[in-house]
Amino acid sequence: MNYIWYFLIVVSIIFGALNGRLPNVTGAIFSGTELAVKIILTLLGIMTFWLGIMKIAEKSGIVEFLSKLLKPIAKVIFPELPKDSPVIGDIAMNFSANALGLANAATPIGIKAMEGMQELNKDKESATNSMCTLLAMNTAGFQLIPATVIAILAAAGCKNPTEIIVPTLLVTSTAFVCAILFARIFQKIFPPQKIKEVSSDG
Amino acid sequence: MVKEIINLISLWALPAIILIILTVALLRKVPIYEAFIEGAKDGVKVSFNIIPYLVAIVVAISMLRASGMVEALAGYFGGFLSKVHIPADILPLAIVRSLSGSAALGVFSDIISNNDINSYTSKLAAIMLGSSETTFYVLTVYFGAVGIKKYRFALLTGLSADLIGIIMAVIVAHFFFA
Repeated sequence: MNYIWYFLIVVSIIFGALNGRLPNVTGAIFSGTELAVKIILTLLGIMTFWLGIMKIAEKSGIVEFLSKLLKPIAKVIFPELPKDSPVIGDIAMNFSANALGLANAATPIGIKAMEGMQELNKDKESATNSMCTLLAMNTAGFQLIPATVIAILAAAGCKNPTEIIVPTLLVTSTAFVCAILFARIFQKIFPPQKIKEVSSDG
Repeated sequence: MVKEIINLISLWALPAIILIILTVALLRKVPIYEAFIEGAKDGVKVSFNIIPYLVAIVVAISMLRASGMVEALAGYFGGFLSKVHIPADILPLAIVRSLSGSAALGVFSDIISNNDINSYTSKLAAIMLGSSETTFYVLTVYFGAVGIKKYRFALLTGLSADLIGIIMAVIVAHFFFA
């Protein structure tokens, strides 16, 4: 991120100067900060409301209910974990919380699952296949309702902001399935490195 | 017909989820009002915490746009991009969404403030943002928490899935909103 940020600003100034648009670039600093504050004001309301609703979901046991439904699927996706491992439960919980947009709840549970996998891991510095699969699921960003995006669209005067829900769901579920498949394929191509045995006189 | 049904589902998804959550919670005797307030306080905190990130990226993107760089890029790649239905404005979002969530949010806001909100470009940007998760952030947090140093194929998997997400977003947005 450091390089990208630097690159964006330096390119803007140099390109703007060559282009004769340096005053515009300077002006953009002020208009940019103004836009950022406008975004925050939009977000403040919906984030407050949505995280409130999601707290209710968390306390009502909906996350646990979903994860119970998903456990059998998790066992298929993670064949290397013991069938009765509590890690399977954590994985299902992590997914359920993510699906509901509860990132703050999902991350600690996901890390708990990672710790469980790390205990089974022989090489503590190298990721296992299961770890990579769990992260593939997380990076795909499966989410039922993209609340933030809808809120920004609504605030900007979009006529029907919720019409993006199903299209977004189509995209994110495809990416999700592909992520799991990719993890399966790539684990064959990049097998774990054998731990080098240190010779005794080394 | 398919589009009508899908629009109906989209229309109902949000109110239905709220209805289900509140009803289940009340039946299970969760103090819903107190729970709401507790969660809502987190919402305020989260919003304020992203201000610095948002200012950083929105200013940088605004500067880039003001310099004429985006138009110049569009001039070079515009022909190819328009053939595959990707407006040039979308490019920064496609790049930044795997790197930083708040940056992607900033870029998205910049896109919709420079395009008609009901346009294909805005809808595509919305779908792209709504379907993304910050791959680099996820890997850093999860692997960092348990001390893994060799990520093996995790980054490649995440970025490949992101690419699929971008392609799918274009296909889906084109189908529904073009």
